[in-house]
Amino acid sequence: MTDTHTCLTAKDFTSNQEPKWCPGCGDFSVLQQLKAAMAELCLKTEEVVVVSGIGCSSRLPYYINTYGVHGIHGRAMAMASGLKAARPELSVWVGTGDGDALSIGGNHYIHTVRRNLDLNVVLFNNEIYGLTKGQYSPTSKVGLRTVTSPSGVVDHPINTIALTLGAGGTFVARVMDRDGKMMKEIFKRAHAHKGTSIVEIYQNCPIFNDGAFGPFTDKERKADTTLFLEQGQPLVFGSNGSKGIRLDGFKPTVIDLEASSISKDDLWIHDENDLIKANILSRFFDDPNSTEEFLPRPFGIFYVEDRFTYEAALDAQIDKAQEKGEGTLEELLAGNSTWTIN
Amino acid sequence: MSDTAILNKNDMVISKTSVSVLFAGDSGDGMQLTGTQFANTVAVYGSDLNTFPNFPSEIRPPAGTVAGVSGFQLQFGTTGVYTPGAKFDVMIAMNAAALKANLNNLHHGGIIIADSEGFDAKNLNLSGYGEANNPLEDGSLNDYTVFKIPVISLTRQALAETGLSIKIIDRCKNMFVLGVLYWLYSLPLETTIETLQSKFKNKQDIADANIKAVKAGYNFGDETEMFSQHGRFCVAPAQKKGGLYRRVTGNEASAIGLAAAAKKAGLKLFLGSYPITPASEILQTLAGLKKWGVKTFQAEDEIAGVLTSIGAAYGGALAATNTSGPGLALKTEGMGLAVILEIPLVIINVMRGGPSTGLPTKPEQSDLLMAMYGRHGEAPMPVIAAMTPVDCFYAAYEAAKIAVEYMTPVLCLTDGYLALSSEPMLVPSPDELASITPVFSPERKSDDPPYLPYKRDERCVRPWGIPGTPGLEHRIGGLEKQHETGNVSHDPENHALMTRLRAEKIANVADIIPDLTLDNGPEKGDLLVLGWGSTYGAIKKAVEQAREGGLDVAHAHLRYINPFPKNLGAMLGNYKKVLIPENNCGQLLSMIRDKFLIEPVGFSKVQGLPFNEMEIEAKITDILKEL
Ligand SMILES: Cc1ncc(C[n+]2csc(CCOP(=O)(O)OP(=O)(O)O)c2C)c(N)n1
Ligand code: SF4
Ligand SMILES: [Mg+2]
Repeated sequence: MTDTHTCLTAKDFTSNQEPKWCPGCGDFSVLQQLKAAMAELCLKTEEVVVVSGIGCSSRLPYYINTYGVHGIHGRAMAMASGLKAARPELSVWVGTGDGDALSIGGNHYIHTVRRNLDLNVVLFNNEIYGLTKGQYSPTSKVGLRTVTSPSGVVDHPINTIALTLGAGGTFVARVMDRDGKMMKEIFKRAHAHKGTSIVEIYQNCPIFNDGAFGPFTDKERKADTTLFLEQGQPLVFGSNGSKGIRLDGFKPTVIDLEASSISKDDLWIHDENDLIKANILSRFFDDPNSTEEFLPRPFGIFYVEDRFTYEAALDAQIDKAQEKGEGTLEELLAGNSTWTIN
Repeated sequence: MSDTAILNKNDMVISKTSVSVLFAGDSGDGMQLTGTQFANTVAVYGSDLNTFPNFPSEIRPPAGTVAGVSGFQLQFGTTGVYTPGAKFDVMIAMNAAALKANLNNLHHGGIIIADSEGFDAKNLNLSGYGEANNPLEDGSLNDYTVFKIPVISLTRQALAETGLSIKIIDRCKNMFVLGVLYWLYSLPLETTIETLQSKFKNKQDIADANIKAVKAGYNFGDETEMFSQHGRFCVAPAQKKGGLYRRVTGNEASAIGLAAAAKKAGLKLFLGSYPITPASEILQTLAGLKKWGVKTFQAEDEIAGVLTSIGAAYGGALAATNTSGPGLALKTEGMGLAVILEIPLVIINVMRGGPSTGLPTKPEQSDLLMAMYGRHGEAPMPVIAAMTPVDCFYAAYEAAKIAVEYMTPVLCLTDGYLALSSEPMLVPSPDELASITPVFSPERKSDDPPYLPYKRDERCVRPWGIPGTPGLEHRIGGLEKQHETGNVSHDPENHALMTRLRAEKIANVADIIPDLTLDNGPEKGDLLVLGWGSTYGAIKKAVEQAREGGLDVAHAHLRYINPFPKNLGAMLGNYKKVLIPENNCGQLLSMIRDKFLIEPVGFSKVQGLPFNEMEIEAKITDILKEL
């Protein structure tokens, strides 16, 4: 990207296929922000590959005018890993759903995250299976009534951020579909990060799970239910920043800044390089609909760690093996123990 | 095996055309190493050779028991060596358990070389014979020629002056036995001495002790009275094509075949794989080929194995994945994706006994129909089967050629028998290998007409447009695609067309595969034995013997199973009967019946064991009797 080609626009990243998502679907906003981020990153269409699995969200590649592969359900991370390992110079993005990444593809998810290939993963979490018409997913809340849970879901849901940190994630973020500007900035940070970047998006599915994220988007409630993370800044939320979070030992407590003498400087200061704090933050996972005493749900970048990538380490091993030159076909065929018969 | 006796000074030297030997002992006795040394010696000496290891199924089984016996079987000779031998002529038994486990596979009248010190009370009890029933003493082996050698005592004597500890000295006992065997078969010691020198480069005292032990064993043969009335043997070298040779197992050969194909094609090899017996050595071998730029990816499971490879192939690599039955089952959805994406991919399936975990360490040919039809939807793909360990190299190589040149996944079948067997391979020179020509779509300018990723050539092959190439940006996936544009299409006529074109493309592969030729026998006649895969050696030997016995029988061996060679139907029509021996319940048989509407005679063996030539010869005799 250091060369001087004029950067493309978001429109240049638009393919000739009309998106087939339902009107009002949160996927549109993700598509728009992703194209905008690619343009702002000054990427070239030929150097980008968008890989996906199966699901509404996994239609993503068709709508972006780069290279793209729409694979099979759950396997996007594996396919992207092979591509990136073989072609490290490409900018590889993964579009995947909560079912695709965390249910059928759960195994690939944790192993991809720990290997830390330089992939940018856009995880559309709508807490439902959209494409197959509304069955519950591994992120659906307990009690959710769907076609396959007429009496309510009894599976405990996955906490994506905690899972990702547990798997050794090096870039872990969450954003809401309607926070376009923040999403775009996070995509750009994800791209800059050398390693697997996980961006979980709370994506509303107006057809099968409308309002799943209502507690975090309702005008009246969102100030108290959401917490926006900013590097080096105190954890402040509530209307007019009236509340904050302080750590008492390992216990996060909500402070009413107006009613107490504690100042903002005494609050928990967000440090995206602190794994222990990130782990505690990931556990801010209360459902404001089912409890009065809840911690706000964090959005933004939880954690970033600079760790070697799989593909760089593999290439380094190959470079080392080839220090004295690449092996020839003759040498390969002969191996290291031969004899001659006359 | 017409044996002639020649008198040579004091020794009687009996010349033989081939000999089958089993080295058997406790897992801790170093039998694999000893057998390998012997194999290398006869290989360099110029014999034909085929080896097969027989490990215990547990990693650390109890010492001295039958479960703990490790064997290394080999056959070497002047001609006619196509298998490790159905039964052994000679057996080295380092302890009682080794004898007990293998006696039933020793030829009647065969030779037993026993370490008499491995038949003490403790070993007799552990082996299950019981200390009161030492087979070396109780006359039960009267039908065999038994040489009882106190190996440990003799080794200790020979190495007494080395100053090494008893423990180290005792570890040289297998070299002593090897020396005895070299004497018995009039073989040179040089290869082993050289190997020991280089293996213990930094431990000269150990090298010296081992070398001393080999020589002591050899001298023991010279000096002892034991062999005088039986004589020693001589097996003349084979009439082999001159050139450079190496010894390969089937799995090594498969790995090298893939790496060689990548080099020849100018592509990078990528292998996504998950360990599984008996296929892991392919991953292991390729992981060590970084000097050749090979990238291996040990995936979290077989699904990721095939999907990482698909990703790499999409990126322009020569991509492969390898596995065995259970893993092939996991890969089926991924293989279907590769079929519809129409990208090159080699899948090597090293077959083992199934279903489920089945017989993980034993060979079987029971994945053929799965390879052919085991995917949902109409998803044809070329299938190639290797016949010998060395042929694993060529099968993998050709699979890669077809994959790249026809933009398709290709299934390459080997099995646990080929995988672990070894034989000498005449090292080909790079220009003897067939060309492999990938064609990448070139860059396009913005005013060029749009790129058509599914525009096929006259063979129905689509182009390979890889990311990074300006102007080829396109989206493909597992959804049905519109002819030429590759856009998603649900159009009924289009789906019918694409289904037909994908099948036609695979059928067109028949244009580059050679006609099936007869391995042996007349072009027309009573009986054709049609084999595929690892049954080659046993069928070849059986047909040779049957023909020597005057029977009208021919042998042809299929390597290309999908598509079949174009002349197969005509060839089958030239015989009154067709016999198909398979290590399954008749899978090739049903394919042949289905395609050519003939009724071949099946012959199945599903015991986790390869066929032996006697069984097949007997079957041939039976069929011809009824004709
Ligand atoms: C092997 C396999 N099993 C099941 C399906 C059916 N299927 C397609 S998408 C999907 C769930 C999609 O949910 P999610 O990943 O959350 O994506 P969304 O549609 O919600 O964006 C399922 C179950 C399939 N295509 N393949
Ligand atoms: S079903 Fe839901 S997730 Fe799928 S496109 Fe429609 S609104 Fe979007
Ligand atoms: Mg979903």
